Amino acid sequence: MVAWTDFERATIKDIFSKIDYEVVGPAAISRFLIVYPWTQRYFAGFGNLYNAAVVMQGLEKVVKNMDNIKATFTELSTLHSEKLQVDPDNFMSCSFDCLAIVVAAQLGKDFTPEVHAAFQKFLAVVVSSLRRQYY
Amino acid sequence: MSLSAKDKEIVKAFWAKVSGRADNIGGDAVARMLTVYPQTKTYFSHWKDLSPSSAPVRKHGGMVAATITDAVNKIDDLAGSLLTLSELHAFTLRVDPANFKILAQNILVVLATMFPVDFTPEVHMALDKFLAALARALSVKYR
Repeated sequence: MVAWTDFERATIKDIFSKIDYEVVGPAAISRFLIVYPWTQRYFAGFGNLYNAAVVMQGLEKVVKNMDNIKATFTELSTLHSEKLQVDPDNFMSCSFDCLAIVVAAQLGKDFTPEVHAAFQKFLAVVVSSLRRQYY
Repeated sequence: MSLSAKDKEIVKAFWAKVSGRADNIGGDAVARMLTVYPQTKTYFSHWKDLSPSSAPVRKHGGMVAATITDAVNKIDDLAGSLLTLSELHAFTLRVDPANFKILAQNILVVLATMFPVDFTPEVHMALDKFLAALARALSVKYR
């Protein structure tokens, strides 16, 4: 169980209400494919990068289920580990650090250190849930 | 993952564009690091005030920014130009070098908030590599 403060809950919902999934999803993925080119190994079969909006929809599911993130991500975790075979070290260092940067660019000065901290905690919980089914 | 000639060009051009706000960039990055990664506060217990707008935080940010500006100008010899700072961090401050990556990430986030258009993926990559090279140079004297 993760303990979320009222500020954190409100902040996460607020961030997701402000960002445009069709823009942020593809921007984050294409950014990390450029900044960390070795991650391209996982995307030969991903298809059109505009499908990257599905990543944002996955994250939105979490926003709606902040008290049960582990269960929300069981299937996705199995997918990433067994079918996609993604090295889980990539999750934070490559993908989510880039997502934080894309969101930071969208929100500008509204992405204050406190908002950033709440978002970083949210991403850490998502990464931990995505790692759970690896063995 | 060494800095290519192109990376160095990109870093120099981008830093020239933003260096007018270098003090703010440094101060915001340090402030952000202390808030988002509170374990880093353990290195600053000698400061009375660790809040984002406090004098020691802003001053330290200014020092970090000045070091980056200097490093950009000496980009072909980072290890040489950072030798004294490396000794300071290794023997006196004894900062765990894992924290260099944390500060670097916060610098990148601050750049994204301040320069969303100029901070393209190519600039992001060149700066990420440059800050990693800075961190390596800073770690040289550790052991």
